[in-house]
Amino acid sequence: MTKLVPNLTAHWDEADSHTLAGYQRHGGYSALKKAFELGPDAVIGEVKESGLRGRGGAGFPTGMKWGFVPQGDGKPHYLVVNADESEPGACKDIPLMMANPHSLVEGVIIASYAIRANHAFIYIRGETPHPIRRVRQAVAAAYEAKLLGKNILGSGFDLDVVVHSGAGAYICGEETALLDSLEGRRGQPRLKPPFPAVAGLYASPTVVNNAETIASVPAIINNGAAWYKSFGTEKSPGIKLFAVSGDVKRPGIFEAPLGITMRELIDYAGGMVSDRPVKFFVPGGSSVPLLTPEHIDVPLTYEDMAAHGTMLGTGTPMVFDTSRSVTQAVVRWIEFYKHESCGKCTPCREGTYFMVDILKRLEKGKGEISDLDLLVDISAQISGRSFCALGDAAATPIPAALKYFREEFETKLVGAK
Amino acid sequence: MAINEQTRAELRELISRYPEPRSALLPMLHLVQSVDGYITQAGIDACAAEVGLTTAEVSAVASFYTMFKRYPVGKHHVGVCVNSMCAMKGGDAIWKRISTDLGVGHDETTTDGQITLERIECQAACTHAPVMTVNWEFMDDMDEQSATKLISDLKSGADVKSTRGPRVRTFKEVSRSIAGFDDGLVDEPATDAAMLAGLNAAKKAGN
Ligand SMILES: Cc1cc2nc3c(=O)[nH]c(=O)nc-3n(C[C@H](O)[C@H](O)[C@H](O)COP(=O)(O)O)c2cc1C
Ligand code: SF4
Ligand code: FES
Repeated sequence: MTKLVPNLTAHWDEADSHTLAGYQRHGGYSALKKAFELGPDAVIGEVKESGLRGRGGAGFPTGMKWGFVPQGDGKPHYLVVNADESEPGACKDIPLMMANPHSLVEGVIIASYAIRANHAFIYIRGETPHPIRRVRQAVAAAYEAKLLGKNILGSGFDLDVVVHSGAGAYICGEETALLDSLEGRRGQPRLKPPFPAVAGLYASPTVVNNAETIASVPAIINNGAAWYKSFGTEKSPGIKLFAVSGDVKRPGIFEAPLGITMRELIDYAGGMVSDRPVKFFVPGGSSVPLLTPEHIDVPLTYEDMAAHGTMLGTGTPMVFDTSRSVTQAVVRWIEFYKHESCGKCTPCREGTYFMVDILKRLEKGKGEISDLDLLVDISAQISGRSFCALGDAAATPIPAALKYFREEFETKLVGAK
Repeated sequence: MAINEQTRAELRELISRYPEPRSALLPMLHLVQSVDGYITQAGIDACAAEVGLTTAEVSAVASFYTMFKRYPVGKHHVGVCVNSMCAMKGGDAIWKRISTDLGVGHDETTTDGQITLERIECQAACTHAPVMTVNWEFMDDMDEQSATKLISDLKSGADVKSTRGPRVRTFKEVSRSIAGFDDGLVDEPATDAAMLAGLNAAKKAGN
């Protein structure tokens, strides 16, 4: 049985885990001192060596991303933390910021130092006032302790951090839409290239990283890349927050090495409610294809999920038991994408609208079996033809659900007539 | 209270936090919403004047984001998550029940101006499904009974506490916190069993 490794979550049971005193009692901000001793390039090297991959969904190697920022270009550099967590199923960054905001702030200082940024932003989903309070307080406490501002700990490094609130738009989690939003515009994606590392915020080199990614950095600097790599697999090293929701007895946040299986996570979560078997699960947010009980022992890694036609995504599995309707789950996800489509490009704006229309027709018993093929066809028209990955995400649930549960869709249709 | 010189000073304070003034626009809109209870023309005008944009430009931004409301919001904004996980675990039933009880639908406000009801999307709290929000503070693991009690407590003005956050205040007050002004509530407890599920399981397993 894979062991859980509480790291970011290790002290969440202490009443002051969110305060500077609570964080420093367990060695908080010692990684920062070490980072200043190492120097920026060695910090990037250590993060590269650790194999840390982005926890925002795509799994891009973090050290490599930092390495893309041109140095000595005379332009200001920016670090932007993506804490917009809004994908259905994803619920790890919000609790992290609530219970351990200083790990994020320390990570922000180290990452900014590494990429030579003197200005960082933490873009937090607007509908979450308590995490906003907690991160704001953590930043204020860090300023007071001279861990932010001018000449931090005598290093000569200056950093200002702004905590920013979004205003309710899932698309603002997409990194270029986030940058437009942070510039005070409608949150619509930008054409890539240029990538943010070259022309991001205010057209300057910018690193956008997920909140969990950045919060993972202090432990890597403190304990070394070798320690981090001792967990997980070669291609998916390290530990991460798995948020397990759904029909398990004790849903919640489980911090574990990559490569833990769904079966093990369900076990740690106390097993299934009423011991009903798993019908399907979604490993990492509604944007990744669902899996079935035959995949329950597949290691939750980037490479194993890809080998089974899905993705690790945000690593926040939703588990559904045999009492649940896969069609109902899919309808709500597609409605979500329709609601959140930014309207910039036609396949996504119109396609999500058509899909909801057809699904509603099916739910009312007014559809035809051929509508299922029509839905697959529309998904194919959206996928790969949209301006950003939201379109691809919207095109994902239907083909994935039909692959394993076509019969259920058909019976529902016939039954509804 | 209407937008006045103090609001304008606070808008300027928000602007001063950013390298580029326009970056403050979302927080500024939250702030004017906290004064008027929704995005009024006066709020748009004030933001446009302080940041140096046309009112059309500011309206175009405000209308993109669902948190910015075009009509007056009640004293309390109540959300019911109806995305897949919450819907199945009871969110649909909760919605039906309180929407029927209050006699209002999605994005509508009770005639006494007390409660605006909204069907909301996933709140990054699926481990706590089914989830409701009051003025965006978490109300986790709800059911029809607790939802009904919540509504009656809000209506009667009884004390209500978020299940993962502070005591519940009004929509306007919380909009001000979201805009980025301190309210002294940061230390009110937030960690719960679901957040500790893994830590407790690790301890139990001797990990
Ligand atoms: C529609 C959409 C929504 C997204 N939402 C988020 C989000 O809320 N948080 C996040 O970190 N990444 C999100 N992403 C991924 C980001 O675009 C980006 O890849 C990520 O922030 C990079 O950070 P990482 O390398 O640390 O993972 C989203 C992507 C898309 C297409
Ligand atoms: S794919 Fe959808 S969300 Fe992305 S740019 Fe096109 S319309 Fe907007
Ligand atoms: S589905 Fe309701 S919080 Fe995620």
